[in-house]
Amino acid sequence: MHAFLQQIINGISLGSIYALVALGYTMVYGVMRLINFAHGDVYMLGAFFGYYSSRVLHGKLQSSLIETILVMIVSMLGCALIGMLIERLAYRPVRKASRLTSLIIAIGLSLLIENLAQLIFGADPKFFPQLIPEKQIALGGLSLTNQQIIVVVVALLLMAGLNAFVFYTKSGKAMRAVSFNLDAAKLMGINTNAVISLTFALGSALAAAGGILVSMNLPGIDPLMGVMTGLKAFVAAVLGGIGNIFGAVLGGLILGLAETFVAGYGSSTYRDAIAFLILIAILLFKPEGLLGKGQVEKV
Amino acid sequence: MSLKRWLYIPVILIVLGLLQWACSALLLDGPIRQGPYYYQILILAGINIILAVSLNLTNGVAGQFSIGHAGFFAVGAYVAACISVYGGPGIHSLLGFMPGDAQGAALLVLAMIGGVLAAALAGLVVGIPSLRLRGDYLAIVTLGFGEIIRVLILNIEAVGGARGFIGIPKLSNFFWVFGGVVAAILIIRNLTRSGYGRALLSIREDEIAAQAMGIPVTRYKVMAFVISAAFAGMAGALFGHFTMYLHTNSFTFVKSFEIIIMIALGGLGSLSGAVLGAIVITVLPELFREFSEYRMVIYSLALILIMIFRPQGLLGNASLLGRKRGGK
Repeated sequence: MHAFLQQIINGISLGSIYALVALGYTMVYGVMRLINFAHGDVYMLGAFFGYYSSRVLHGKLQSSLIETILVMIVSMLGCALIGMLIERLAYRPVRKASRLTSLIIAIGLSLLIENLAQLIFGADPKFFPQLIPEKQIALGGLSLTNQQIIVVVVALLLMAGLNAFVFYTKSGKAMRAVSFNLDAAKLMGINTNAVISLTFALGSALAAAGGILVSMNLPGIDPLMGVMTGLKAFVAAVLGGIGNIFGAVLGGLILGLAETFVAGYGSSTYRDAIAFLILIAILLFKPEGLLGKGQVEKV
Repeated sequence: MSLKRWLYIPVILIVLGLLQWACSALLLDGPIRQGPYYYQILILAGINIILAVSLNLTNGVAGQFSIGHAGFFAVGAYVAACISVYGGPGIHSLLGFMPGDAQGAALLVLAMIGGVLAAALAGLVVGIPSLRLRGDYLAIVTLGFGEIIRVLILNIEAVGGARGFIGIPKLSNFFWVFGGVVAAILIIRNLTRSGYGRALLSIREDEIAAQAMGIPVTRYKVMAFVISAAFAGMAGALFGHFTMYLHTNSFTFVKSFEIIIMIALGGLGSLSGAVLGAIVITVLPELFREFSEYRMVIYSLALILIMIFRPQGLLGNASLLGRKRGGK
């Protein structure tokens, strides 16, 4: 029983990371009908921005909490900028072209960022500094780390913030309008280019946060860390219903739990396969995802 | 007439045989320094051509974007290698009356048939569920299947698991690889020009309209997928019997992406473009060895720029093997 609860805790902690990254996929898909393959690499860049900014900031501030928050903000801003650049330079020129074109560009971008990162940062893993010293917390026989709690709390805060933004601000309303129908939104006077830019910025910032949160628990970060996480977060987004913000969170949690259980009770080599099995199953039986709405294809 | 049409087969075989002889005389035992190195590039280019031409059938002609081609490549490679490693001794004793070279050739042919059939079967199993999906979803599912195939192979101890599969006899050579290239090009070229190929093109252009015209869309898509997987399996069989060693690291989705880059470079849907793309992607990195760390950066940047500025690829729909075809 203890082992079971322990797995649930680990699963939720992993799942909230997937959820954060999945949000970016879902938002971009919502407004552009595009799978931004490079999103997982933006998550990696987030971790690296965090790594370098914490090396610069380390020891200059009294409180490790302020340092962590600053590192996070720097990295989120950096990634937001990268996300907007990606959209402006690579996706906007082909927005009118076929979806296959943007899909291939997305694959190319992902490869480009990975390989540039390997050149610039080096291919060897880097030790991410312990921004907040790890503490074990015993909770009725279960062992939690304070970092797991931080991961879940920060992820929840960010998701709540995103939710407030999307549903209670004017820009959020514009974003929902664009996602509903881009052309109609344009006719209503919404600056769709700005909205799409904003969507990329927000999604990338969330991915950066995910990158830093996950790095606090990882032994090291490397330029290819985003590949698998990105794919899995995409699976999470599809599982929940792509384009649906709550779906991304739900999908992330389910995937995180499924993975920890497979690794815990089965074989860890199959851990990477379970995400794809889930994806195939969901696409076959409920392709619109758990919370998604089915769409009728119009001619 | 009908006799004349089949006459090209012995001609091709004789030409290939002569080239094989020239290769071993010049490159392998011959005067050219680094000959074996050039020979290896030649063989790898041939294998990449088979991969690119076969993927072009699904991705380019039928417009069904698959990024799991490396998975079928792996199935073909491993199954063929199993046949020649585990079945090899038995076949050699059965064919004891033949000269050694002929025994090897027979074994390779058997292994290739096994690899092709296994990959086709894998293509069928993967294709039937995935091809109900479109566009992005299909891409991701095929990527997923490719990775699942790789993880499964990694967990089979009989084929070496994570250590890799060693002890595969070196049976493939220029003759077999380029025989495979010619077969792949001719078969896929004829297929795309047949009524079946026209139907695939119409599915690419507008699936709903194609269906309305009475084309059994799903069946045609699955058929294209299976044929494409079968040729990938053949490439795998040839690859394993050339490198004599297989490891699942050669079959990650990076390999799938590489094949996609080949066909995107040459122009999606263009057969000669696929051939050209495969040659460029094999040879260029060898020319720029000293910049090898920039290789993938240049690939990916080139891919993005091509898709933005020349989405029809370097050749577009122009075909070096005949009249220009219609299309987008």
